[in-house]
Amino acid sequence: MSWVTKTFKSTLGQKLIMALTGLFLIIFLIGHVTGNLLLFKDDGGQAFNEYADFMTTNQFVQILSITTYVSILVHIIYSILLTYLNKRARPVAYAKVDPPKESSFSSRNMGILGTIILIFLVVHLQGFWYRMHWGEIQQVTYDTGVYKNLYAVVVWAFQVEWMVALYVIAMIFLGFHLSHGFASAFQTLGLNHRKYTPAIKFIGRAFAIVVPALFASMPLYIYFFISAPEKLPF
Amino acid sequence: MMNLTLKVWRQKNHKDKGGFVDYKVSGISTDMSFLEMLDVLNEELSAKGEDPVHFDHDCREGICGACSLYINGHPHGPQQTTTCQLHMRSFADGDVITIEPWRAKGFPVLKDLMTDRSAFDRIIQAGGYVSVNTGGVPDANEIPVPKIIADEAFDSATCISCGACVAACKNASAMLFVSAKISQLALLPQGQVERKSRAENMVAQMDAEGFGACTNIGACSAECPKGIKLSNIARMNREYFSAVLSSDNV
Repeated sequence: MSWVTKTFKSTLGQKLIMALTGLFLIIFLIGHVTGNLLLFKDDGGQAFNEYADFMTTNQFVQILSITTYVSILVHIIYSILLTYLNKRARPVAYAKVDPPKESSFSSRNMGILGTIILIFLVVHLQGFWYRMHWGEIQQVTYDTGVYKNLYAVVVWAFQVEWMVALYVIAMIFLGFHLSHGFASAFQTLGLNHRKYTPAIKFIGRAFAIVVPALFASMPLYIYFFISAPEKLPF
Repeated sequence: MMNLTLKVWRQKNHKDKGGFVDYKVSGISTDMSFLEMLDVLNEELSAKGEDPVHFDHDCREGICGACSLYINGHPHGPQQTTTCQLHMRSFADGDVITIEPWRAKGFPVLKDLMTDRSAFDRIIQAGGYVSVNTGGVPDANEIPVPKIIADEAFDSATCISCGACVAACKNASAMLFVSAKISQLALLPQGQVERKSRAENMVAQMDAEGFGACTNIGACSAECPKGIKLSNIARMNREYFSAVLSSDNV
Protein backbone atom coordinates (compact mmCIF):
# COMPACT_ATOMS: atom_id res chain seq x y z
CA MET A 1 0.00 0.00 0.00
CA SER A 2 1.49 3.36 -0.98
CA TRP A 3 1.82 6.05 1.65
CA VAL A 4 -0.95 8.04 -0.04
CA THR A 5 -3.49 5.19 0.07
CA LYS A 6 -2.42 4.37 3.62
CA THR A 7 -2.99 7.96 4.70
CA PHE A 8 -6.46 8.22 3.19
CA LYS A 9 -7.45 4.82 4.57
CA SER A 10 -6.44 5.88 8.10
CA THR A 11 -9.06 7.34 10.43
CA LEU A 12 -7.26 10.68 10.35
CA GLY A 13 -7.09 10.69 6.55
CA GLN A 14 -10.81 9.97 6.27
CA LYS A 15 -11.55 12.73 8.78
CA LEU A 16 -9.37 15.07 6.71
CA ILE A 17 -11.54 14.34 3.66
CA MET A 18 -14.68 15.10 5.70
CA ALA A 19 -13.18 18.38 6.89
CA LEU A 20 -11.94 19.54 3.48
CA THR A 21 -15.17 18.72 1.65
CA GLY A 22 -17.16 20.27 4.49
CA LEU A 23 -15.13 23.49 4.33
CA PHE A 24 -15.54 23.67 0.56
CA LEU A 25 -19.31 23.28 0.99
CA ILE A 26 -19.21 26.12 3.53
CA ILE A 27 -17.54 28.32 0.89
CA PHE A 28 -20.20 27.16 -1.60
CA LEU A 29 -22.92 28.23 0.86
CA ILE A 30 -21.43 31.73 1.04
CA GLY A 31 -21.57 32.03 -2.75
CA HIS A 32 -25.02 30.50 -2.98
CA VAL A 33 -26.58 32.73 -0.34
CA THR A 34 -24.91 35.89 -1.70
CA GLY A 35 -26.12 35.25 -5.25
CA ASN A 36 -29.63 34.39 -4.10
CA LEU A 37 -29.93 37.75 -2.35
CA LEU A 38 -30.83 39.00 -5.86
CA LEU A 39 -34.26 37.46 -5.20
CA PHE A 40 -34.91 40.48 -2.98
CA LYS A 41 -34.21 42.91 -5.82
CA ASP A 42 -37.43 44.57 -6.93
CA ASP A 43 -37.00 44.17 -10.70
CA GLY A 44 -39.34 41.31 -11.53
CA GLY A 45 -36.46 38.84 -11.33
CA GLN A 46 -34.25 40.20 -14.11
CA ALA A 47 -31.04 40.35 -12.05
CA PHE A 48 -31.73 36.89 -10.61
CA ASN A 49 -32.37 35.35 -14.03
CA GLU A 50 -29.23 36.92 -15.49
CA TYR A 51 -27.26 35.63 -12.49
CA ALA A 52 -28.75 32.13 -12.89
CA ASP A 53 -27.79 32.15 -16.56
CA PHE A 54 -24.23 33.21 -15.69
CA MET A 55 -23.99 30.45 -13.06
CA THR A 56 -25.00 27.74 -15.56
CA THR A 57 -22.93 28.92 -18.54
CA ASN A 58 -19.70 30.48 -17.20
CA GLN A 59 -16.74 28.07 -17.59
CA PHE A 60 -15.07 28.96 -14.31
CA VAL A 61 -18.36 28.53 -12.44
CA GLN A 62 -18.74 25.12 -14.12
CA ILE A 63 -15.49 23.98 -12.49
CA LEU A 64 -16.71 25.23 -9.11
CA SER A 65 -20.06 23.48 -9.68
CA ILE A 66 -18.40 20.16 -10.42
CA THR A 67 -16.19 20.56 -7.34
CA THR A 68 -19.36 21.18 -5.32
CA TYR A 69 -21.10 18.04 -6.66
CA VAL A 70 -17.99 15.98 -5.96
CA SER A 71 -17.68 17.49 -2.47
CA ILE A 72 -21.28 16.64 -1.63
CA LEU A 73 -20.88 13.04 -2.84
CA VAL A 74 -17.50 12.51 -1.15
CA HIS A 75 -18.77 14.12 2.09
CA ILE A 76 -21.72 11.69 2.09
CA ILE A 77 -19.65 8.62 1.15
CA TYR A 78 -17.02 9.26 3.82
CA SER A 79 -19.65 10.02 6.45
CA ILE A 80 -21.14 6.58 5.76
CA LEU A 81 -17.70 4.90 5.85
CA LEU A 82 -16.77 6.63 9.11
CA THR A 83 -20.15 5.98 10.73
CA TYR A 84 -19.80 2.29 9.88
CA LEU A 85 -16.25 2.26 11.29
CA ASN A 86 -17.41 4.06 14.44
CA LYS A 87 -20.36 1.71 14.97
CA ARG A 88 -18.05 -1.29 14.64
CA ALA A 89 -15.73 0.22 17.25
CA ARG A 90 -18.43 -0.39 19.90
CA PRO A 91 -20.04 -3.77 19.17
CA VAL A 92 -21.97 -3.88 22.48
CA ALA A 93 -23.87 -0.70 23.33
CA TYR A 94 -24.15 0.73 26.84
CA ALA A 95 -27.40 0.13 28.70
CA LYS A 96 -27.32 3.61 30.20
CA VAL A 97 -25.74 6.64 28.51
CA ASP A 98 -25.69 10.17 29.93
CA PRO A 99 -23.68 12.43 27.58
CA PRO A 100 -21.78 15.20 29.40
CA LYS A 101 -23.18 18.71 28.97
CA GLU A 102 -19.92 19.80 27.30
CA SER A 103 -20.87 17.75 24.23
CA SER A 104 -23.49 19.56 22.14
CA PHE A 105 -26.63 17.99 20.71
CA SER A 106 -25.43 18.81 17.18
CA SER A 107 -22.03 17.21 17.67
CA ARG A 108 -23.64 13.95 18.75
CA ASN A 109 -26.18 13.89 15.90
CA MET A 110 -24.26 15.07 12.82
CA GLY A 111 -25.25 11.96 10.86
CA ILE A 112 -28.98 12.42 11.50
CA LEU A 113 -28.78 16.15 10.75
CA GLY A 114 -26.84 15.43 7.57
CA THR A 115 -29.36 12.80 6.43
CA ILE A 116 -32.23 15.27 6.83
CA ILE A 117 -30.26 17.87 4.85
CA LEU A 118 -29.66 15.24 2.14
CA ILE A 119 -33.41 14.50 1.86
CA PHE A 120 -34.04 18.24 1.56
CA LEU A 121 -31.29 18.49 -1.05
CA VAL A 122 -33.03 15.92 -3.28
CA VAL A 123 -36.26 17.94 -3.24
CA HIS A 124 -34.35 21.21 -3.66
CA LEU A 125 -32.23 20.05 -6.60
CA GLN A 126 -35.20 18.45 -8.35
CA GLY A 127 -37.25 21.64 -8.02
CA PHE A 128 -34.69 24.19 -9.23
CA TRP A 129 -31.33 22.78 -10.27
CA TYR A 130 -32.64 19.91 -12.43
CA ARG A 131 -35.31 22.14 -13.99
CA MET A 132 -32.79 24.88 -14.77
CA HIS A 133 -30.34 22.45 -16.40
CA TRP A 134 -32.55 19.94 -18.17
CA GLY A 135 -36.19 20.85 -17.60
CA GLU A 136 -38.55 22.96 -19.66
CA ILE A 137 -38.63 26.54 -18.42
CA GLN A 138 -40.39 29.49 -20.02
CA GLN A 139 -38.14 32.10 -21.58
CA VAL A 140 -38.18 35.74 -20.71
CA THR A 141 -36.77 38.58 -22.84
CA TYR A 142 -34.92 41.56 -21.41
CA ASP A 143 -32.92 44.16 -23.34
CA THR A 144 -29.79 42.13 -22.40
CA GLY A 145 -31.09 38.97 -24.10
CA VAL A 146 -33.35 35.94 -23.68
CA TYR A 147 -33.16 34.02 -20.41
CA LYS A 148 -34.78 31.05 -18.70
CA ASN A 149 -37.26 32.48 -16.21
CA LEU A 150 -35.98 30.63 -13.12
CA TYR A 151 -37.27 33.50 -10.99
CA ALA A 152 -40.84 32.59 -11.94
CA VAL A 153 -40.17 28.94 -10.98
CA VAL A 154 -38.90 30.09 -7.57
CA VAL A 155 -41.85 32.40 -7.00
CA TRP A 156 -44.28 29.69 -8.12
CA ALA A 157 -42.69 27.11 -5.77
CA PHE A 158 -42.89 29.32 -2.71
CA GLN A 159 -46.61 30.05 -3.02
CA VAL A 160 -47.16 26.62 -1.45
CA GLU A 161 -47.19 26.54 2.36
CA TRP A 162 -45.59 23.13 2.76
CA MET A 163 -42.70 24.04 0.46
CA VAL A 164 -41.99 27.17 2.50
CA ALA A 165 -42.23 25.11 5.71
CA LEU A 166 -39.91 22.44 4.30
CA TYR A 167 -37.29 25.03 3.38
CA VAL A 168 -37.45 26.83 6.71
CA ILE A 169 -37.25 23.59 8.70
CA ALA A 170 -34.39 22.28 6.53
CA MET A 171 -32.46 25.49 7.20
CA ILE A 172 -32.85 24.97 10.96
CA PHE A 173 -31.27 21.53 10.56
CA LEU A 174 -28.54 23.04 8.37
CA GLY A 175 -27.87 25.57 11.14
CA PHE A 176 -27.40 22.83 13.72
CA HIS A 177 -25.18 20.84 11.32
CA LEU A 178 -23.01 23.92 10.70
CA SER A 179 -22.89 24.88 14.38
CA HIS A 180 -20.71 21.82 14.96
CA GLY A 181 -19.26 21.27 11.50
CA PHE A 182 -17.65 24.67 11.00
CA ALA A 183 -15.34 24.65 14.04
CA SER A 184 -14.95 20.86 13.93
CA ALA A 185 -13.40 21.02 10.45
CA PHE A 186 -10.67 23.37 11.72
CA GLN A 187 -9.97 21.07 14.69
CA THR A 188 -9.62 18.10 12.31
CA LEU A 189 -7.17 20.04 10.15
CA GLY A 190 -5.13 20.50 13.32
CA LEU A 191 -5.86 24.21 13.57
CA ASN A 192 -6.33 24.66 17.29
CA HIS A 193 -4.65 27.64 18.84
CA ARG A 194 -5.36 29.64 21.95
CA LYS A 195 -5.43 32.82 19.86
CA TYR A 196 -7.59 31.66 16.95
CA THR A 197 -9.82 28.84 18.21
CA PRO A 198 -12.17 31.12 20.19
CA ALA A 199 -12.57 33.28 17.06
CA ILE A 200 -13.18 30.22 14.84
CA LYS A 201 -15.83 28.97 17.28
CA PHE A 202 -17.52 32.37 17.38
CA ILE A 203 -17.50 32.77 13.59
CA GLY A 204 -18.79 29.18 13.25
CA ARG A 205 -21.75 29.85 15.53
CA ALA A 206 -22.51 33.16 13.81
CA PHE A 207 -22.26 31.51 10.38
CA ALA A 208 -24.60 28.72 11.51
CA ILE A 209 -27.23 31.31 12.41
CA VAL A 210 -26.78 34.01 9.73
CA VAL A 211 -26.48 31.89 6.58
CA PRO A 212 -29.45 29.52 7.21
CA ALA A 213 -31.52 32.53 8.39
CA LEU A 214 -30.79 34.37 5.11
CA PHE A 215 -31.69 31.26 3.11
CA ALA A 216 -34.90 30.78 5.10
CA SER A 217 -35.88 34.42 4.66
CA MET A 218 -36.11 33.95 0.87
CA PRO A 219 -39.10 31.55 0.70
CA LEU A 220 -40.75 33.53 3.51
CA TYR A 221 -40.26 36.83 1.64
CA ILE A 222 -41.65 35.39 -1.59
CA TYR A 223 -44.61 33.74 0.16
CA PHE A 224 -45.64 36.93 1.93
CA PHE A 225 -44.66 39.66 -0.54
CA ILE A 226 -44.49 38.33 -4.11
CA SER A 227 -47.61 37.24 -5.96
CA ALA A 228 -47.70 34.11 -8.10
CA PRO A 229 -46.96 34.24 -11.84
CA GLU A 230 -50.10 34.23 -13.97
CA LYS A 231 -49.41 30.88 -15.56
CA LEU A 232 -47.28 27.84 -14.75
CA PRO A 233 -43.67 28.83 -15.51
CA PHE A 234 -42.68 25.45 -17.04
CA MET B 1 -25.60 4.98 55.95
CA MET B 2 -27.09 4.22 52.56
CA ASN B 3 -28.95 1.35 51.01
CA LEU B 4 -28.40 0.95 47.27
CA THR B 5 -29.48 -1.22 44.37
CA LEU B 6 -26.68 -2.13 41.99
CA LYS B 7 -27.32 -3.26 38.43
CA VAL B 8 -24.01 -4.97 37.71
CA TRP B 9 -22.86 -6.38 34.38
CA ARG B 10 -21.87 -10.05 34.92
CA GLN B 11 -20.09 -11.96 32.18
CA LYS B 12 -18.29 -15.27 32.77
CA ASN B 13 -15.61 -14.80 30.11
CA HIS B 14 -14.80 -13.19 26.76
CA LYS B 15 -17.16 -15.54 24.88
CA ASP B 16 -20.10 -15.36 27.32
CA LYS B 17 -23.00 -13.12 26.30
CA GLY B 18 -23.36 -11.63 29.78
CA GLY B 19 -26.19 -9.68 31.36
CA PHE B 20 -27.17 -7.46 34.27
CA VAL B 21 -27.68 -8.86 37.78
CA ASP B 22 -29.31 -6.79 40.53
CA TYR B 23 -27.71 -6.69 43.97
CA LYS B 24 -28.76 -4.86 47.12
CA VAL B 25 -26.09 -3.42 49.39
CA SER B 26 -26.86 -1.86 52.74
CA GLY B 27 -24.99 0.05 55.43
CA ILE B 28 -22.81 1.91 52.92
CA SER B 29 -20.97 4.88 54.44
CA THR B 30 -20.83 8.10 52.43
CA ASP B 31 -17.09 8.19 53.15
CA MET B 32 -16.46 4.93 51.30
CA SER B 33 -14.94 5.03 47.85
CA PHE B 34 -16.92 3.41 45.06
CA LEU B 35 -14.46 0.51 45.01
CA GLU B 36 -14.81 0.01 48.78
CA MET B 37 -18.57 -0.18 48.27
CA LEU B 38 -17.94 -2.95 45.72
CA ASP B 39 -15.59 -4.62 48.22
CA VAL B 40 -18.53 -4.77 50.64
CA LEU B 41 -20.66 -6.42 47.95
CA ASN B 42 -17.91 -8.91 47.11
CA GLU B 43 -17.41 -9.87 50.79
CA GLU B 44 -21.09 -10.69 50.99
CA LEU B 45 -21.00 -12.65 47.72
CA SER B 46 -17.92 -14.59 48.86
CA ALA B 47 -19.54 -15.38 52.22
CA LYS B 48 -22.53 -16.79 50.33
CA GLY B 49 -20.18 -18.87 48.17
CA GLU B 50 -20.97 -16.86 45.03
CA ASP B 51 -18.46 -15.61 42.48
CA PRO B 52 -17.42 -12.05 43.43
CA VAL B 53 -17.76 -9.24 40.88
CA HIS B 54 -14.48 -8.84 38.99
CA PHE B 55 -13.16 -5.33 38.42
CA ASP B 56 -9.73 -3.78 37.81
CA HIS B 57 -8.04 -1.72 40.54
CA ASP B 58 -4.53 -1.11 41.78
CA CYS B 59 -3.22 1.99 43.52
CA ARG B 60 -6.59 3.36 44.69
CA GLU B 61 -4.91 6.79 44.78
CA GLY B 62 -6.13 8.06 41.41
CA ILE B 63 -2.75 7.86 39.69
CA CYS B 64 -2.33 4.39 38.16
CA GLY B 65 -5.21 4.25 35.68
CA ALA B 66 -6.15 0.67 36.54
CA CYS B 67 -9.70 1.26 37.75
CA SER B 68 -12.46 1.73 35.23
CA LEU B 69 -16.29 1.13 35.43
CA TYR B 70 -18.99 2.90 33.43
CA ILE B 71 -21.27 4.15 36.21
CA ASN B 72 -24.74 5.55 35.46
CA GLY B 73 -23.72 6.53 31.95
CA HIS B 74 -20.33 8.05 32.84
CA PRO B 75 -16.83 6.55 32.82
CA HIS B 76 -15.58 6.67 36.43
CA GLY B 77 -19.06 7.84 37.50
CA PRO B 78 -20.60 11.28 37.97
CA GLN B 79 -17.44 13.11 39.17
CA GLN B 80 -14.51 13.95 36.88
CA THR B 81 -12.12 11.65 38.73
CA THR B 82 -11.08 8.00 38.84
CA THR B 83 -13.50 5.43 40.25
CA CYS B 84 -11.21 4.83 43.24
CA GLN B 85 -11.45 8.54 44.11
CA LEU B 86 -15.22 8.61 43.59
CA HIS B 87 -16.93 8.62 46.97
CA MET B 88 -20.35 7.35 47.90
CA ARG B 89 -21.39 10.86 48.98
CA SER B 90 -21.91 11.43 45.24
CA PHE B 91 -24.94 9.13 45.51
CA ALA B 92 -28.12 9.22 47.57
CA ASP B 93 -29.82 6.61 49.73
CA GLY B 94 -32.07 4.37 47.64
CA ASP B 95 -30.26 5.07 44.33
CA VAL B 96 -30.16 2.49 41.58
CA ILE B 97 -26.62 2.43 40.16
CA THR B 98 -25.91 0.87 36.76
CA ILE B 99 -22.35 -0.45 36.48
CA GLU B 100 -21.00 -1.53 33.08
CA PRO B 101 -17.55 -2.34 31.73
CA TRP B 102 -15.81 -0.05 29.18
CA ARG B 103 -17.47 -0.82 25.85
CA ALA B 104 -15.15 -0.90 22.85
CA LYS B 105 -13.96 -3.39 20.26
CA GLY B 106 -10.42 -2.49 21.35
CA PHE B 107 -11.24 -3.33 25.01
CA PRO B 108 -12.74 -6.86 25.02
CA VAL B 109 -14.43 -7.85 28.30
CA LEU B 110 -12.41 -10.52 30.12
CA LYS B 111 -14.83 -11.08 33.00
CA ASP B 112 -17.64 -9.00 34.49
CA LEU B 113 -16.35 -5.40 34.61
CA MET B 114 -12.75 -6.25 33.70
CA THR B 115 -11.59 -5.40 30.19
CA ASP B 116 -8.38 -6.13 28.35
CA ARG B 117 -6.77 -2.75 27.76
CA SER B 118 -3.52 -4.09 26.30
CA ALA B 119 -4.44 -2.37 23.01
CA PHE B 120 -3.12 0.80 24.71
CA ASP B 121 0.17 -0.98 25.50
CA ARG B 122 0.55 -1.97 21.84
CA ILE B 123 -0.08 1.65 20.76
CA ILE B 124 2.67 2.79 23.15
CA GLN B 125 4.95 0.02 21.84
CA ALA B 126 4.38 1.38 18.32
CA GLY B 127 6.07 4.68 19.16
CA GLY B 128 5.23 6.17 22.53
CA TYR B 129 8.82 6.21 23.75
CA VAL B 130 12.23 7.75 23.15
CA SER B 131 14.77 5.15 22.03
CA VAL B 132 17.74 7.33 21.12
CA ASN B 133 20.57 7.57 23.61
CA THR B 134 20.23 10.84 25.42
CA GLY B 135 23.57 10.51 27.23
CA GLY B 136 24.22 11.83 30.69
CA VAL B 137 22.21 14.43 32.49
CA PRO B 138 22.53 17.67 30.47
CA ASP B 139 23.60 20.87 32.18
CA ALA B 140 20.77 23.00 33.44
CA ASN B 141 19.57 25.50 30.80
CA GLU B 142 21.60 23.81 28.07
CA ILE B 143 18.40 22.65 26.34
CA PRO B 144 16.07 25.61 26.60
CA VAL B 145 12.37 24.70 26.88
CA PRO B 146 9.94 27.58 27.34
CA LYS B 147 7.85 27.28 30.49
CA ILE B 148 4.59 27.33 28.51
CA ILE B 149 5.76 24.36 26.38
CA ALA B 150 7.04 22.46 29.43
CA ASP B 151 3.64 22.94 31.09
CA GLU B 152 1.83 21.84 27.94
CA ALA B 153 3.95 18.68 27.68
CA PHE B 154 3.41 17.97 31.38
CA ASP B 155 -0.36 18.39 31.03
CA SER B 156 -0.34 15.85 28.19
CA ALA B 157 1.86 13.52 30.23
CA THR B 158 -0.64 13.43 33.11
CA CYS B 159 -2.73 10.97 31.06
CA ILE B 160 -2.92 7.75 33.09
CA SER B 161 -4.07 5.58 30.15
CA CYS B 162 -7.23 4.47 31.94
CA GLY B 163 -9.31 4.44 28.74
CA ALA B 164 -12.13 6.68 30.01
CA CYS B 165 -11.85 8.69 26.76
CA VAL B 166 -12.62 5.57 24.72
CA ALA B 167 -15.44 4.65 27.10
CA ALA B 168 -16.95 8.15 26.95
CA CYS B 169 -16.66 8.56 23.18
CA LYS B 170 -19.75 7.87 21.11
CA ASN B 171 -17.40 6.37 18.51
CA ALA B 172 -15.15 4.49 20.97
CA SER B 173 -12.27 6.56 19.64
CA ALA B 174 -8.89 6.44 21.39
CA MET B 175 -7.70 9.74 19.93
CA LEU B 176 -7.50 11.68 23.20
CA PHE B 177 -5.19 9.02 24.66
CA VAL B 178 -3.05 8.65 21.52
CA SER B 179 -2.84 12.42 21.01
CA ALA B 180 -1.72 12.99 24.62
CA LYS B 181 1.01 10.38 24.22
CA ILE B 182 2.15 11.85 20.89
CA SER B 183 2.03 15.41 22.30
CA GLN B 184 4.07 14.81 25.45
CA LEU B 185 7.04 13.76 23.29
CA ALA B 186 6.46 15.99 20.24
CA LEU B 187 6.65 19.08 22.45
CA LEU B 188 10.03 18.29 24.01
CA PRO B 189 13.54 18.21 22.45
CA GLN B 190 14.09 14.53 23.39
CA GLY B 191 11.10 13.52 21.29
CA GLN B 192 12.24 15.14 18.05
CA VAL B 193 14.39 12.32 16.65
CA GLU B 194 11.47 9.91 16.24
CA ARG B 195 8.79 12.55 15.93
CA LYS B 196 7.52 11.68 12.44
CA SER B 197 7.63 7.89 12.62
CA ARG B 198 6.05 8.05 16.08
CA ALA B 199 2.99 9.89 14.80
CA GLU B 200 2.65 7.59 11.80
CA ASN B 201 3.11 4.35 13.74
CA MET B 202 0.96 5.18 16.74
CA VAL B 203 -1.95 6.30 14.54
CA ALA B 204 -1.59 3.13 12.42
CA GLN B 205 -1.64 0.95 15.55
CA MET B 206 -4.64 2.85 16.95
CA ASP B 207 -6.53 2.10 13.73
CA ALA B 208 -5.41 -1.53 13.71
CA GLU B 209 -6.83 -2.01 17.23
CA GLY B 210 -10.29 -1.09 15.91
CA PHE B 211 -10.89 2.17 17.76
CA GLY B 212 -13.31 4.64 16.15
CA ALA B 213 -12.68 8.04 14.57
CA CYS B 214 -13.04 11.30 16.48
CA THR B 215 -15.98 13.56 15.62
CA ASN B 216 -14.81 16.41 17.89
CA ILE B 217 -17.69 15.98 20.34
CA GLY B 218 -15.55 16.62 23.41
CA ALA B 219 -17.08 13.99 25.71
CA CYS B 220 -13.62 12.42 26.19
CA SER B 221 -12.05 15.55 27.60
CA ALA B 222 -15.12 16.32 29.72
CA GLU B 223 -14.99 12.84 31.30
CA CYS B 224 -11.18 12.49 31.50
CA PRO B 225 -10.11 12.17 35.16
CA LYS B 226 -7.00 14.18 34.31
CA GLY B 227 -8.74 16.77 32.09
CA ILE B 228 -6.59 16.08 29.02
CA LYS B 229 -7.45 18.83 26.53
CA LEU B 230 -8.94 18.48 23.03
CA SER B 231 -6.11 20.64 21.68
CA ASN B 232 -3.99 17.47 21.94
CA ILE B 233 -6.14 15.86 19.22
CA ALA B 234 -5.59 18.85 16.92
CA ARG B 235 -1.85 18.57 17.61
CA MET B 236 -1.94 14.84 16.75
CA ASN B 237 -3.67 15.68 13.46
CA ARG B 238 -0.97 18.27 12.68
CA GLU B 239 1.78 15.85 13.66
CA TYR B 240 0.30 13.06 11.58
CA PHE B 241 -0.42 15.07 8.42
CA SER B 242 2.98 16.78 8.45
CA ALA B 243 4.65 13.41 9.15
CA VAL B 244 3.02 11.58 6.23
CA LEU B 245 3.84 14.49 3.91
CA SER B 246 7.48 14.85 4.88
CA SER B 247 8.77 11.60 6.40
CA ASP B 248 11.00 9.17 4.51
CA ASN B 249 8.61 6.26 5.11
CA VAL B 250 7.17 5.53 1.66
